[in-house]
Amino acid sequence: MSAIEQTRTQVEALGEKYKYGFVTDIEMERAPRGLSEETVAFISGKKGEPEWMLEWRLSAYRRWRQMQEPEWARVKYPKIDYENAYYYAAPKSSNDKPQSLEDVDPKLLETYNKLGIPLSEQKLLAGVAVDAVFDSVSVATTFKETLNKAGVIFCPISEAIREHPDLVRKYLGSVVPVTDNFFATLNSAVFSDGSFVYVPKGVRCPMELSTYFRINASETGQFERTLIIADEGSYVSYLEGCTAPKRDENQLHAAVVELVALEGAEIKYSTVQNWYPGDENGLGGIYNFVTKRGDCRGNDSKISWTQVETGSAITWKYPSCILRGDNSVGEFYSIAIANHFQQADTGTKMIHLGRNTRSRIISKGISAGKAQNTYRGLVAVHPRADRARNFTQCDSLLIGKECGAHTVPYIESRNRTARIEHEATTSKIAEEQLFYCTSRGIPPEEAVALIVNGFCREVLQQLPMEFAVEAQKLVGISLEGSVG
Amino acid sequence: MLDIKDLHVAVEGKEILKGLSLHVGEGEVHAIMGPNGSGKSTLSYVLAGRDGYDITSGSIIYKGEDLTAMPPEARAARGVFLALQYPVEIPGVTTVNFLKAALNAQRRARSESELDAMAVLRLVRDKARSLNISEDMLRRALNVGFSGGEKKRLEVLQMALFEPSLAILDETDSGLDIDALKLVAEGVNHLRAPSRSMLVITHYQRLLTYIVPDRVHVLARGRIVAEGGKELALELEAKGYGHIVKDAA
Repeated sequence: MSAIEQTRTQVEALGEKYKYGFVTDIEMERAPRGLSEETVAFISGKKGEPEWMLEWRLSAYRRWRQMQEPEWARVKYPKIDYENAYYYAAPKSSNDKPQSLEDVDPKLLETYNKLGIPLSEQKLLAGVAVDAVFDSVSVATTFKETLNKAGVIFCPISEAIREHPDLVRKYLGSVVPVTDNFFATLNSAVFSDGSFVYVPKGVRCPMELSTYFRINASETGQFERTLIIADEGSYVSYLEGCTAPKRDENQLHAAVVELVALEGAEIKYSTVQNWYPGDENGLGGIYNFVTKRGDCRGNDSKISWTQVETGSAITWKYPSCILRGDNSVGEFYSIAIANHFQQADTGTKMIHLGRNTRSRIISKGISAGKAQNTYRGLVAVHPRADRARNFTQCDSLLIGKECGAHTVPYIESRNRTARIEHEATTSKIAEEQLFYCTSRGIPPEEAVALIVNGFCREVLQQLPMEFAVEAQKLVGISLEGSVG
Repeated sequence: MLDIKDLHVAVEGKEILKGLSLHVGEGEVHAIMGPNGSGKSTLSYVLAGRDGYDITSGSIIYKGEDLTAMPPEARAARGVFLALQYPVEIPGVTTVNFLKAALNAQRRARSESELDAMAVLRLVRDKARSLNISEDMLRRALNVGFSGGEKKRLEVLQMALFEPSLAILDETDSGLDIDALKLVAEGVNHLRAPSRSMLVITHYQRLLTYIVPDRVHVLARGRIVAEGGKELALELEAKGYGHIVKDAA
């Protein structure tokens, strides 16, 4: 067996070890199959939403009915039958909403324990508050009190709609409009749960905020909605993690995330996406069609996206920044790993509207097996954006002969003073690199992980310390940067 | 320590080693000399277990075990070390982390406890000093942007760290100026021990002035064609490979 073949086998073996593929056997309540105004009303009713919210959803639903599924991405999948899916599923036991962690169904707590996310506060990492979303509902949010003291609101979005309607009405859909795109509009109609964060003026959020999304129910889409508002001069760091059971079917995950950074505010948003990727023959797996966008609305604001995308059968995702405020900064750090038959079409959009705006894009794509990995990115500089600057670096690493890496950068500059740089490389894990490692005693599987880890280092370093370990394990590697 | 008998090795179907036999006793330093294309590097890769080097017949017995049955990482864990002629760059992996990963992988394979980051760092620093390897070098990505001398010194550092029973040095002198050569040779000499055997592969006699071998073998056309003491190296230097290779033909 040649070294390259061997590498491929090993990487395939890594993919085999999807640890989160179990199903929790729990009684579920679902919306009727299919999508209609009744389904939308059912979801809204389950959440006890006010009338304005229902209207908002219905307008999205009517709009969606007129829209076409986009086909421009370099991904292939059979037509999704939207009439044959479920749009809402919730554990029955959460009908009487848990008042505290003690009231949460033990089976759910056990599920999160298995995922490595203990929800009892004493067991939690100090300094990380967690919101856990199971299918369509949030089951627990930790450290609420500590956050309350700082004035930070961190709760399920369904709760925010009831408890903080003014904030929600002001900002929901203000970054990703209801009409934005097919999947975002669908989400607007049927979104079930997700997290809401508000950090008041001048407050530095005292802990990392984190949401864990878990798809459990079969034939059910997850449509989470997250809204984060950082008021003037505030700071917040937020991380989301995702897992799902192994199933032969494809499941749809169409999320919308909106970030708003007001003057002088900073939001750091990190994702470790590990949805079930399908098996080695390409059967099953999550369709991850996600719209994430941040608006640097105020001057001197900053939004930074970091993503580690290892899961999903198909990833269609472009976390973007609208650099509206003068001197605002947008960053995008990405690792996208695609193996077997996985397809990833991911990247970012940096829209420079304000003066002296700066953006930085670092993308690391790793392809193995028969996977296709595409970086697609837009850097747009508008006429008013004097002295806008962008730096883009796209690196691709290929493992084996049957995978593909593609880089599709779009650059639109309408201001002469703009400076835009783009660098791109494509490399392979060389046989001599592997041999060098194995001849020093490092088994091939570990050697691949080590080399890939090195390749991704710049991006991994962007993750909050608390999550670095998890992400690195996910990439299949030992801790980098812990020495010296 | 090492017993090679009638070894035939083919690369992509072409026979490179054609009946090579060699015996290296415990604690002995043997030099393998030979012209370009004689099969010197092939020998070193076969001993380390690199893919693509097919043993068509013959045997390699190391410490009483069949070396050819083991993958490269198992050989490393059992004390076989190959210092490469062209050490490989691995971007983004710091040198010290690579050393930790390698050392602990070997220890794991031998059912020894792993060392934590601090313990590894102490050990590495201790060995690095005498080889003039700076702290900065240890923090840089493995071999990336290293000079020829730095790369070779790092190979010797690894040898010091892993404490192999059989060290194979493949053209360790190539690309080194005289000062760098001396430094590397000193490092190697420092590691000579009664329990450690070495196979020094080189084209030139120059290295053997500093690392004085117990035995010298001349490899040509895939076989050992001459053997002798250290004086054989001097003879080769004076007369060239031509006459010995011709005599053997």
